[in-house]
Amino acid sequence: MEKFEVFTGVAVPFRRSNVDTDQIIPAVFLKRITKTGFEDALFASWRADKDFVLNQAEYKNAEVLIAGPDFGTGSSREHAVWALRDYGFKAVFSSKFADIFRGNSGKQGLIAGEISDKDTERLWQAIEAQPGVASTVDLINKTVSIGSLTVNFEIDEYTRWRLLEGLDDIGLTLRDEQAITDFEQRREAWRPKTLPARS
Amino acid sequence: MSKKALTLAEKVWNSHLVAKGEDGAPDLLYIDLHLVHEVTSPQAFDGLRLAGRQVRRPDLTIATEDHNTPTWDIDQPIADLTSRAQIMALRKNAEEFGVRIHSLGDIDQGIVHVVGPQLGLTMPGITVVCGDSHTSTHGAFGALAMGIGTSEVEHVLATQTLPLKPFKTMAINVEGTLRPGVTSKDIILAVIAKIGTGGGQGYVLEYRGSAIRALSMEARMTICNMSIEAGARAGMVAPDQITFDYLEGRPHAPSGEDWNDAVAYWKTLPTDTDATFDAEVFLDANTLDPFVTWGTNPGQGVSLLGSVPSPDDFEDPNDKAAALRALEYMGLEAGTKMKDIAVNTVFLGSCTNSRIEDLRAAAEILKGQTMADGVRMLIVPGSAKVRAQAEAEGLDKIFKDFGAEWRFAGCSMCLGMNPDQLAVGERAASTSNRNFEGRQGKGARTHLVSPLVAAATAIRGTLSSPADLETWNSEGGHI
Repeated sequence: MEKFEVFTGVAVPFRRSNVDTDQIIPAVFLKRITKTGFEDALFASWRADKDFVLNQAEYKNAEVLIAGPDFGTGSSREHAVWALRDYGFKAVFSSKFADIFRGNSGKQGLIAGEISDKDTERLWQAIEAQPGVASTVDLINKTVSIGSLTVNFEIDEYTRWRLLEGLDDIGLTLRDEQAITDFEQRREAWRPKTLPARS
Repeated sequence: MSKKALTLAEKVWNSHLVAKGEDGAPDLLYIDLHLVHEVTSPQAFDGLRLAGRQVRRPDLTIATEDHNTPTWDIDQPIADLTSRAQIMALRKNAEEFGVRIHSLGDIDQGIVHVVGPQLGLTMPGITVVCGDSHTSTHGAFGALAMGIGTSEVEHVLATQTLPLKPFKTMAINVEGTLRPGVTSKDIILAVIAKIGTGGGQGYVLEYRGSAIRALSMEARMTICNMSIEAGARAGMVAPDQITFDYLEGRPHAPSGEDWNDAVAYWKTLPTDTDATFDAEVFLDANTLDPFVTWGTNPGQGVSLLGSVPSPDDFEDPNDKAAALRALEYMGLEAGTKMKDIAVNTVFLGSCTNSRIEDLRAAAEILKGQTMADGVRMLIVPGSAKVRAQAEAEGLDKIFKDFGAEWRFAGCSMCLGMNPDQLAVGERAASTSNRNFEGRQGKGARTHLVSPLVAAATAIRGTLSSPADLETWNSEGGHI
């Protein structure tokens, strides 16, 4: 995974709450067996509407998404994160993320930063006053800035550390492999086993 | 020193700690059971292959085909080529990595969350994960069961563990007795309407109280299934005699001495009397009506006896805007009585409501009745075994005589991934779990309902409860 420290890119004001993962990527696109190439699927239904915010010239190349509360609810599909990433997004901000979406983001190097509802509105207004304006996401200082406006965001410390270092989760866990083996020795006999198969 | 009083969720968590996280790092938890399906696993197996890793514990892993599978002509090759490719990828991965798989046509094939409990693999006090948010279903047994993303699927395949941050606990207390015609689906829709789609965020919910204790395992699974629609990471019910009776004798349930050891341990799992929850919610079962959704998220629900709300009924500007959008998408006017809403389609199925008890309840209502003009009804059992059992009981005949389509097992019309979809503008009463825009097909409109409301709606053509039927006996239920 690539290290993430400071990033600058166009921010888009996404004035919607409860953006569920079925909207981020409709189920029909989940049939693919690759992990990339989902950019066409992002917000597929909404993008059919020419007035949709990402269809406006200023925001076409947006890389930072500022959304309303309850972003990423619903299905666990990591494809939602892949679609955002493949489209070019590096960071998403909301006052509230669904847990699974937030977890999936961290695995893929997409920043899911929590900002207050008040700061969300301030960022929206700053962008709308100057559509196409660049924003700077600083993971070291946990801030997002547009012009002279700087707001703080929250991200759990462990995820932040992993993203700053660009570390992969499985590799980190396997440092504890002896502890896993020890735990397996202690497991009770009644716990489920799928093999040998019984029907 | 006295032992700290713990909740059910905390006990299961603590008993699975492989390594305690230090300096803000998450805890590493052991995973007892990993359920796999075709949609969220191909990229995970690919990741293993790229890194030269194996599946650490194939004997704790099981795969089934459900999301993409058609529900008729199942002996034919899958017509949709991308769906077929995904199914073939799962079969190939299962073979290469030594994972047990139940493919289309196999008696143990079905929706992953129906198959696990049916085989007796889901049991109290275990950790269960699956790359599917409705994994919360398995919490009905007193298991800690969580939906995960594909990177986490790969992580569990490789290590049989997951790094997880501890969560907060929330008690959902439901006291009283449900009235005839009111079910566990109505409880969970009312809970979500009350706390909102983000209300459970960061929490493991524990459903408690006399109304929950009285429910069957199937009904408890319906409730736990939709915990994720309140944003919760998991939902649980403490195991009791109803749980043990459901499990005993199932193919993978413990037997002999192991059974005795297991039951003795399971009896220690319920939340200690002096334990405290981080949050509590109360719901009165005695006064609960059948619940249905009017909008485009599962929190937008009302009593079936109520009306479509107006955006002005909401104080929060986000809720107001969401309501406005929802009414537009759903093609509904504020103030319309829920019972005046006509549907084209009724769907009985999904991991929420496709178990034998759901089918029996619907059959009792549909028996000897005729379907409303212009309505079609799909009845999709949750697994091949549920289908076989329903046929052994003659339920299929009742459904076919009524005019419903009796299908093979799968996720079907719950999500737009297989041939069972609604057309643009079509409106469904659906026993599934999500009424999101486009969930059941592009431009499709969904009202989430219980199996009883689904059945009554198929008879009348408008959202209805069994109490609206002439055959309903107000004293004790259906005649």
